[in-house]
Amino acid sequence: MWLRCLLSLGALWLTAAPASAYVAYVSNEKGNTVTVIDTDKWAVTATIKVGQRPRGIEFTRDGKFVMVAVGDDDTIQMIDTKTLQIVDTLPSGPDPELFTQDAAGKTLYVANENDNTVTVIDIAKRTRLGDIQVGVEPEGMMVSPDGKILICTSETTNMAHFIDTSTREVAANVLVDSRPRFAEFKHDGSELWVSSEIGGTVSIIDPVKHVVIGKVTFNIPGLRSEAIQPVGIGMTKDDKTAFVALGPANRVAVVDATTHAVTKYLLVGQRVWHMAFTPDEKYLMVTNGVSNDVSVIDVAAQKVLKSIQVGELPWGVTISP
Amino acid sequence: MIRCLIGAIGLGVVATQALAAGPLEIGIGYLGHAGVKETLSLVEQPAGNDGIAGARLAIEDNNTTGKFLNQHFTLDETRIKDGEEAVKAATALAEHDGFIILDLAPDEVLKVADALRDRGTVLFNAGSTDDRLREEDCRANVVHVAPTRSMLADGLGQYLVWKQWRRWLLVAGSHDNDKLYADVLRRTATRFGAKIVQERTFEDTGGARRTDSGVTLIQRQMPVFTQQAPAYDVLLAADESEVFASYLPYRTWDPRPVAGSAGLMPTSWDGAHDQWGAIQIQNRFVKLNSRRMTALDMQAWTAARMIGEAVSRTNSGDAKAIFAFIKGKDFSVAAFKGQRLTLRDWNLQLRQPILLSDGRMVVSVSPQEGFLHQVSELDTLGVDRPETKCKLQ
Repeated sequence: MWLRCLLSLGALWLTAAPASAYVAYVSNEKGNTVTVIDTDKWAVTATIKVGQRPRGIEFTRDGKFVMVAVGDDDTIQMIDTKTLQIVDTLPSGPDPELFTQDAAGKTLYVANENDNTVTVIDIAKRTRLGDIQVGVEPEGMMVSPDGKILICTSETTNMAHFIDTSTREVAANVLVDSRPRFAEFKHDGSELWVSSEIGGTVSIIDPVKHVVIGKVTFNIPGLRSEAIQPVGIGMTKDDKTAFVALGPANRVAVVDATTHAVTKYLLVGQRVWHMAFTPDEKYLMVTNGVSNDVSVIDVAAQKVLKSIQVGELPWGVTISP
Repeated sequence: MIRCLIGAIGLGVVATQALAAGPLEIGIGYLGHAGVKETLSLVEQPAGNDGIAGARLAIEDNNTTGKFLNQHFTLDETRIKDGEEAVKAATALAEHDGFIILDLAPDEVLKVADALRDRGTVLFNAGSTDDRLREEDCRANVVHVAPTRSMLADGLGQYLVWKQWRRWLLVAGSHDNDKLYADVLRRTATRFGAKIVQERTFEDTGGARRTDSGVTLIQRQMPVFTQQAPAYDVLLAADESEVFASYLPYRTWDPRPVAGSAGLMPTSWDGAHDQWGAIQIQNRFVKLNSRRMTALDMQAWTAARMIGEAVSRTNSGDAKAIFAFIKGKDFSVAAFKGQRLTLRDWNLQLRQPILLSDGRMVVSVSPQEGFLHQVSELDTLGVDRPETKCKLQ
């Protein structure tokens, strides 16, 4: 009797709290839209018209807004996640592409591709705090887990710049392979991973010594090496597994984050670029630019579950906290 | 002024990194001709700084990187007038530059290469598309950044075959370069299974390219010139001399598209190309030069960027070490064409995708899907290793 009661209570509790009730926002670079997806039903619930050429996209830490860089409008738009309306803009420099925020969600760092600068923005006040000069075509942006270092990769300079967040000055530079697109830290801060799109590798950098300590290389039988173009990187919270999107190779590589060896290639859509985990880390969503869809990956099983049609040329994805 | 500012920023960074020594100085020479060639279309008339403007942008890009690495690049520009000795000018540049970007005629490239052979100067051919410079006349001290005519023809031919436009009417000009272009188009047809249904020659009988009532006359000439052709899908014009090709679109007897020297044109770069991050270099270029970037600009930019890339990887100013790195298997350069560009080690030709432009938009980029190769799909364009006549010495 008791047992049955407990069981039914348990069942009730389970149905009341579905495992993945999150909302994902996908920026569609050519469509000038943002697609909203319910990660419970894996269905599109809304499409929001935004500015021109939306690329970098991220939730504010409090989950109230989604920030999207609209490069051809030279600004970052803020979408109210309750009303799905654009309610404000942030003063980036010209042609903002990717951005990142500190752990507190107070400061935003924006890569402006057109004038070799990183713009620092106070998110709450919507004001510009300053600019930092970096290399040619800054793109990948990431703050270290301790908040002390901002990483900016510049695509034509082929470097990861280490910027001291307190002084906003470049403290060190590390050369990586051609066209570095994205930077990701291990959560324990022990390694920085930088993907090189044209070089076809991911450099593993010691963030203290500022040296490349290893490289992840990719080899897919039957595929010419020029087609392997790593862009987005996702690292699980336990720092054991990394996922790397390989662009026109149409695959996401699963990498053992300890040995830096690829363990599996997951076939997704065409020209896969960026990705985001659901907060419970059960699922990983990746954007497939040329096939106009996102793939949903079961993280534990390392399997592609399904794909969802979105707008034209999906670029980035962010999931509610 | 801009250069001064960049220098000042560079100094600031150097100071914070506590580098006592002065920057590594890399001198790059640029040798081209003064004056511009006449084109049929006024909008295609090259600017006076065609080519050099691209090299200047690459120097800025190299110096932005260089300020973090304590490296500094300078460009020495020399423009020779017709009749002036290219060898003399190149020798003067080689006094202080380990690298020279050349926009010269094929014979001049060879003379300069032979004259500077023992000096160790590395030459970058940015201007000439002649296949023979990469084949029977190849030289071990010349890197070819410009695509060859055969690469351009194959880039175009692959698309036409993909489009199922396999019957070609070939119209060639009467000058040597036009004949060379016609030769590679014939080669392309054989390689990719197209058929040249007929060939015609458009004789250059002289005359002005611009007259006050030219259109009326041309409108009568071109249909007559192209009438009574066997059934064809596309007219290929080989007219590097700018005598007639631009007159053909919309004026052929049969309603057919034109490609080659007019209509759909294969090229290494186009001012409209915006894929793969290209919009960024296009914007930088327009900001610096107040005009759009041409193929020659891009070829010169790529040459100077190849040097910059090798200097940043080797951290060396020694031309020999830099050249060895460029020729090595680890070398590649990113040039906004969707994949890395590498050198063919048998003749030092840069592998590159070929853009197909209609003058306003990029219509396609070759190699086309389905043209496969065991090493690199880029080697489906132009003369491949098994066919080469080059013996590098």
